[in-house]
Amino acid sequence: MGSEFTKYFELIISASLINNFVFTRFLGLCIFFGVSKKMETAVGMSITFTAVMMISAALSWVVFTKLMIPLEITFLEIIVFIGIIAGLVQASDTIMRKVSPGLYYKLGIYLALISTNCIILAVPLVNAGEKYSFLQSISFGFGSGLGFALALIIMASIREKLELADVPAVFKGLPMAFVITGLIALAFTGFSGLITL
Amino acid sequence: MSSTSTTSLKDLFLNGIIKENTIFKLALSLCPSIAVTNNLKNGIFMGAAVLFVQTMVNITISLMRKVIHPKVRLPIFMLVISGWVTVTSMLMAAFVPDVYAKVGLYIQLIVAFASILARAEMFASKNSFMPSMADGLGMGVGFLFALTVISFFRELVGKGTLTIPTSLSSAHVITFMHTKPLLIMVLPAGGFLAVGILMAFFNWIDVRYMKKGAVSH
Repeated sequence: MGSEFTKYFELIISASLINNFVFTRFLGLCIFFGVSKKMETAVGMSITFTAVMMISAALSWVVFTKLMIPLEITFLEIIVFIGIIAGLVQASDTIMRKVSPGLYYKLGIYLALISTNCIILAVPLVNAGEKYSFLQSISFGFGSGLGFALALIIMASIREKLELADVPAVFKGLPMAFVITGLIALAFTGFSGLITL
Repeated sequence: MSSTSTTSLKDLFLNGIIKENTIFKLALSLCPSIAVTNNLKNGIFMGAAVLFVQTMVNITISLMRKVIHPKVRLPIFMLVISGWVTVTSMLMAAFVPDVYAKVGLYIQLIVAFASILARAEMFASKNSFMPSMADGLGMGVGFLFALTVISFFRELVGKGTLTIPTSLSSAHVITFMHTKPLLIMVLPAGGFLAVGILMAFFNWIDVRYMKKGAVSH
């Protein structure tokens, strides 16, 4: 039991720090640059994101292992996973609006954005490729969400300060954000070798 | 009549390459622009895959636009896109397995490209066959161009070499420098730096030569 737990913990650390989706696999960049301008939106996005990611990892694991492998239709994985995610996002949108309008008011707009995010599709694809077990899939989803949250929050806090900085005119806005992300990514390479799985 | 329609097709084609370049101007679909561009060959194949998917999706949607009910259009667009992406990823796995081993995940993730869905929604669902094809080709070529520029720059500065694909299975490696001048450029972090610098460079060209004075964002 103890070693099992360590394994899941290692998976979470590896997905969030060492193989951080934003800094080492470059996924989810559109959202990353889009919502990291303000701290408040960054936090809202992170919460919604991690939740959706874990649920979609769990759902797609069930569909992939219990339906697609027995039926031998694994080549349809892209279509099925995007369907699951779009359905899930639509469903949580509707449920949140009915059950908790306050939460919907705060986080609803991020939900709509999530379905165009590539990390959320990448997690089920990686899970299927690596043949993770159910709990491993969820840990991987959680770790990836945590990593994305960390990246967003670091970036948002830097960009808030950057508003006051004197940036050369042609670098204003996105180019500067890219250069900063490059420097953070450089710092994140320091995590490689933290755990060898 | 024919002359006006050909110029407008040309404009549509050029629009995607220059004015609305997916990566440098719209800053969409950025993931592969950094992930696969540490090598010129991978960059070119990734760009070609996007060019193919974008064109085919635009053509399909414009042909189907009269029968798609507006309420269910987004799921149908997604289905069309993921269908063509599946086709592309199978073709690449079969014909260029060595490239596919490196960029396979990113090929599959073309499904989630905002730029492809956006063109289907904004352009192909409202226009007929020829303009949609021109728009798709332009957008795709613009993407291919951006990926080629980024990977050219990164490989040359980072490794001092250029890997030029000569056919589907072979590539010619030209070595310019035997040292590795700026290794950071082929590392993940260098990708962000390269795109940032190139974006600033295109902004600079805009300000300097176009006289629009419009630094966007």
